[in-house]
Amino acid sequence: MDFSLNDEQELIRQTARDFAQRELAPKAAARDLSGEFPVAELKALAELGLMGVNVPEAFGGAEAGAMAFSVVMQELAKADASVAVTVSVTNMVAELISAFGTEEQKKKHVSKLTSGEAVCGAFALSEPQAGSDPAAMKTTATKVDGGWKLKGNKQWISHGDKAGVIVVWALTNKDAGTRGISAFLVEGGAPGLAVISAEHKMGLRGSTTVQLGFDDVFVGEDAMLGTEGMGFRLAMAALDGGRIGISSQALGVAAAALEVSLAYANEREQFGQPIIRHQAIANKLADMATKLEASKLLTERAAWMKDQKIPFSKEASMAKVFTTEKACEICDEAIQIHGGNGYTQDFPLERFYRDVRVTRIYEGTSEIQRIVIARQLIKEASN
Amino acid sequence: MKILVPVKRVPDPELKANIKDGKLDLSGAQWVVNTFDEYAVEAALRLTENADEGSRDGEVVVVTIGPDDAAVQLRSCLAMGADRAIHVASEDANLDSLLVAKTLKAVYDEEKPDMVLLGKQAVDGDTNQVGQMLAALLNLPQATFAASIELADDGKACVVSREVDAGVEFKKLPLPAVVTVDLRIVSPTSITNGITPESHEYADGPRYASLKGIMKAKKKPMDNKTMADLGVSGSPVVKELEVTLPEARAAGQIVESVEELVKKLSEEAKAL
Repeated sequence: MDFSLNDEQELIRQTARDFAQRELAPKAAARDLSGEFPVAELKALAELGLMGVNVPEAFGGAEAGAMAFSVVMQELAKADASVAVTVSVTNMVAELISAFGTEEQKKKHVSKLTSGEAVCGAFALSEPQAGSDPAAMKTTATKVDGGWKLKGNKQWISHGDKAGVIVVWALTNKDAGTRGISAFLVEGGAPGLAVISAEHKMGLRGSTTVQLGFDDVFVGEDAMLGTEGMGFRLAMAALDGGRIGISSQALGVAAAALEVSLAYANEREQFGQPIIRHQAIANKLADMATKLEASKLLTERAAWMKDQKIPFSKEASMAKVFTTEKACEICDEAIQIHGGNGYTQDFPLERFYRDVRVTRIYEGTSEIQRIVIARQLIKEASN
Repeated sequence: MKILVPVKRVPDPELKANIKDGKLDLSGAQWVVNTFDEYAVEAALRLTENADEGSRDGEVVVVTIGPDDAAVQLRSCLAMGADRAIHVASEDANLDSLLVAKTLKAVYDEEKPDMVLLGKQAVDGDTNQVGQMLAALLNLPQATFAASIELADDGKACVVSREVDAGVEFKKLPLPAVVTVDLRIVSPTSITNGITPESHEYADGPRYASLKGIMKAKKKPMDNKTMADLGVSGSPVVKELEVTLPEARAAGQIVESVEELVKKLSEEAKAL
């Protein structure tokens, strides 16, 4: 067994870390307050190759693998979790189209995502009444002359208002259950596509989350991703990889919270000594570090399995549910160590706490992850 | 234009240095390319490219002298855009500035570059000697602490600016020459090579290694050599006796008035 990064992964980590610390970290708190969307930063990330980490070279990707992607996400999230989520979803969309798209679709859409021309990619699956249960979706795709017309509303779409490429799931057959769902590639600004509302969120305020309305949006025959009725399977495949991304994002935020807490506990004196010398605080830090390491191992193993082309759905869910829950605990304890300071905007902890909370909700809630894991266990037991 | 850039790996200067039994404890060190050498790589790349067109015009060869895992730092330079690398195997403890300079001379003799470009000093030992020693051994002109470099006379010379106490000094050197760089060499318009339009402004600082660059670096040539291959032998003439931290600075004082400040300066600090 070898737990170390190889040379390329280590160099990729350094690039992501240097960019994140120099270009993202200094303005992360300001973006959290203003809600400004970091278009210039995203373009720069694309130029460095960070929008297609695990995408084939032919379409502008780096072909560096899932482990490299996890490492990138960790480093970006240490500096700014909002930027990290945009990078995660864009990579997921680029990977999905690379894996299942036609040559034409890859040339047209993936290259735009990896080059930064599309700014970012969006994943439009959820609906107001179809969150954890995407099969309950109402959005339809109706066959018309030369293509399809999409009609319906999509909810919780990360940066759906900024994306140049959006994957949209819709029913092509209302009577076929999950097999009646198909996926379509829609360009940002397509006629009939409207941003209905933007959410006012607890955290990740440097990224947008919107409801999109599709009012008879026309797409050509060539816009269908995969084949008719294959949409649900594509979504599940994409989300398995996406969960590694979100798990890595939570890891990065938690690592930053631990780092800040360690420095603070070394400097802050009470009762005549640094508070890290008080066992109550030292034990907290020990627990935080242990939870972080366990989470990192689970997350990176899932990424490693993906790179080895071993089925990793269960492991990605395990990594996601464990890491995101532990990351929330770590950020909570980080505030506790900082006392009143942790509750103010003079320190980054309250932002970390707000930012990390959503990782237990999106890309499949903790509750859904447990269903995925349990179903796998049942399947394995009955084999 | 062919430029040889010697680089050294150093423990990450942003991490705390640990001292154990009078020696630096490097067992848990994270290694990075010496900051000033990274600037030298950036300057060499700027000298050998058309930045507006994104094309290369020349060759940048990076060389390091160090243990096996120093290859990562060479890969890092290749990932930034250097064309090939030379790795001379040696343990750090068996080296000092003079041995490094002698080894680099041997590499120079094989490579015959138009310029040797390196950091003014390494941020670990801070000796600031290798460039000067190398120029002396090669009997080549040298310019140290370069803040800007302009190629002149169809690439037969370069004009180097150096920030000195009285202002900025300009030196014109026939090539080949040895140039060591200071931090301003990576400012947006510090390099003029006659190929990149003079209006071009670089981002401040060394470029990041892109993921594509990192993946491409895997396939770029890296020559492995020993000091014996280069005909260099000998042992260090400089010995490290002990490493200690500087004494902690005493706490400062806040004074109420200028009068009190003057009094303290004259009576307590005896500075007036």
